[in-house]
Amino acid sequence: MKILVVDDEQDVKTLFEQRFRKEIRSKVVDFVFAFSGKEALQYIDKLDHEAILILSDINMPGMSGLELLKEIKQKELVPKPIVMMISAYGDEQNYNTAKSLGADEFLTKPVDFKLLKEKLQLN
Amino acid sequence: MDSEKSQLLQKTHETILVTFTQEFPFDQMDELIIEEVTGFGTTKDEKIIGLKHFKEVLGIQYQQSKVLGISVSYNDNAKIQWISDDENSALLISDFVLDIETPQGSNSVDFRLSTLFEWKKNKWKLVHWHGSTPVNVENDAWHLTEWKRKNEELQKQVDAQTKDLKQKNEQLLKAKEQIEETLKELKEAQAQLIQSEKMASLGELTAGIAHEIQNPLNFVNNFSEVSNELLDEMVEEIENGDYEEVKAICEDLKENLSKINHHGKRADSIVKGMLQHSRTSSGQKEPTDLNNLIDEYLRLSYHGLRAKDKSFNSDFKTDFDPSLPNIEVVPQDIGRVILNMFNNSFFSVNEKKSQNPETFQPVVEVSTKKLADGIEICISDNGNGIPEAVRDKIFQPFFTTKETGQGTGLGLSLSYDIIKAHGGSIKVDSEVGKGTSITIKL
Repeated sequence: MKILVVDDEQDVKTLFEQRFRKEIRSKVVDFVFAFSGKEALQYIDKLDHEAILILSDINMPGMSGLELLKEIKQKELVPKPIVMMISAYGDEQNYNTAKSLGADEFLTKPVDFKLLKEKLQLN
Repeated sequence: MDSEKSQLLQKTHETILVTFTQEFPFDQMDELIIEEVTGFGTTKDEKIIGLKHFKEVLGIQYQQSKVLGISVSYNDNAKIQWISDDENSALLISDFVLDIETPQGSNSVDFRLSTLFEWKKNKWKLVHWHGSTPVNVENDAWHLTEWKRKNEELQKQVDAQTKDLKQKNEQLLKAKEQIEETLKELKEAQAQLIQSEKMASLGELTAGIAHEIQNPLNFVNNFSEVSNELLDEMVEEIENGDYEEVKAICEDLKENLSKINHHGKRADSIVKGMLQHSRTSSGQKEPTDLNNLIDEYLRLSYHGLRAKDKSFNSDFKTDFDPSLPNIEVVPQDIGRVILNMFNNSFFSVNEKKSQNPETFQPVVEVSTKKLADGIEICISDNGNGIPEAVRDKIFQPFFTTKETGQGTGLGLSLSYDIIKAHGGSIKVDSEVGKGTSITIKL
């Protein structure tokens, strides 16, 4: 499974790599990291009908996660990517916006990796 | 007596007469009159003993004549001379008419001046005189009544003016006290305003601060959790005998611990910064890493605005000079300046974004640079810019373009004061529609 993680915090990469250490080693998942919405879009544009799961932070400078979500939805990719949005605790407004824009899942920070793994059906 | 000596006597007498009545040539008196001169007038107070006294009395008369507008001329019509046997002393009796001109009218008085001269060191010198008027003379030839009345009038005026002045002085003192009281109140109000401006900007920051603390805390939690898991995995790998993997896990753990430490410190410095910001400035300068300080306040400002307005978004770019030395500043004061600049920049780009939601890409940039004689901080945005008409006013206290209640109008004014107090400079370059760039030199 290819997972694109979009977050402006560089340490997120280390965190995911360690948390999914076994899964990466056994090649169950393949992580790609983008540190801005723009970078994420560049990657998505290069996809060749590949199934992908996108995990994106909402609160990012420049293009926000919600704007990225909107752009992704407009692209009508085949196969349709699964998009999970991550935002700060108690962010009702963004949760509702993300839902209305067509987000598949919504996670709050700090990310509960056990829950995430459940959602990714990796447990 | 020879004629030369006689002529000299006449001349000396003539000069004395002029001295008495008209021109008061004080500088010549030492030449003409002996030190011990004595003289008597028509009244008992007209008594002169000594040249010094004589000069004083003539001085007063001269002043009075000037003030009262009296002019005197004389017509010397008779002279009686007695010369002593040894020809070294002479008595001259002169009868003449004094014409007295005063603003109240003119008058003529018969006058007799008796003068006694002695021949000393080849000069005639006055040793004694006596002035007298005949008994039939009009009492007030010198218009003394008028003189006295005027004096009284003057005294009354002086008294009234003195009273007036006293009153005015009292009023001035009262006004001064009032002004001092007002100044004191103003200073108190100013201190309160500065504090409320500080607290207002802190209020704006709260959400940003919450986010900025939450973020590192998330990392601390996540990295400690993952480390725990890694330890379990390490045990597994030891059991498997895969020591290469054990080593790799060890490396990761080490990295995690340093990350936990880094993010803990990040949260710590934000809390400290917030406390410093709200506290009254200690005014204490300390070596400060400006790159770090600016980065912190940039994030606080950004997240603060985002928390307030979910639709707000802007890109921000940093270009920090790694060679920037730590410099001596009051960190909370400089922090406030930086925060202010960022808040203004983000406010400006946000405003432009709301006017052009589809096309405009907001960007706020900050750079630092080491200069030969200090450092430079440049904060720029691509917002609406500052209209020329208000560019001169932006550093004035209470000047704001924001709606009532949105800004105190003290941000830039306080920033200006802070930078000045640090011996630095602040420069604004702005182009309407293009953006604004603020350069601070310290």
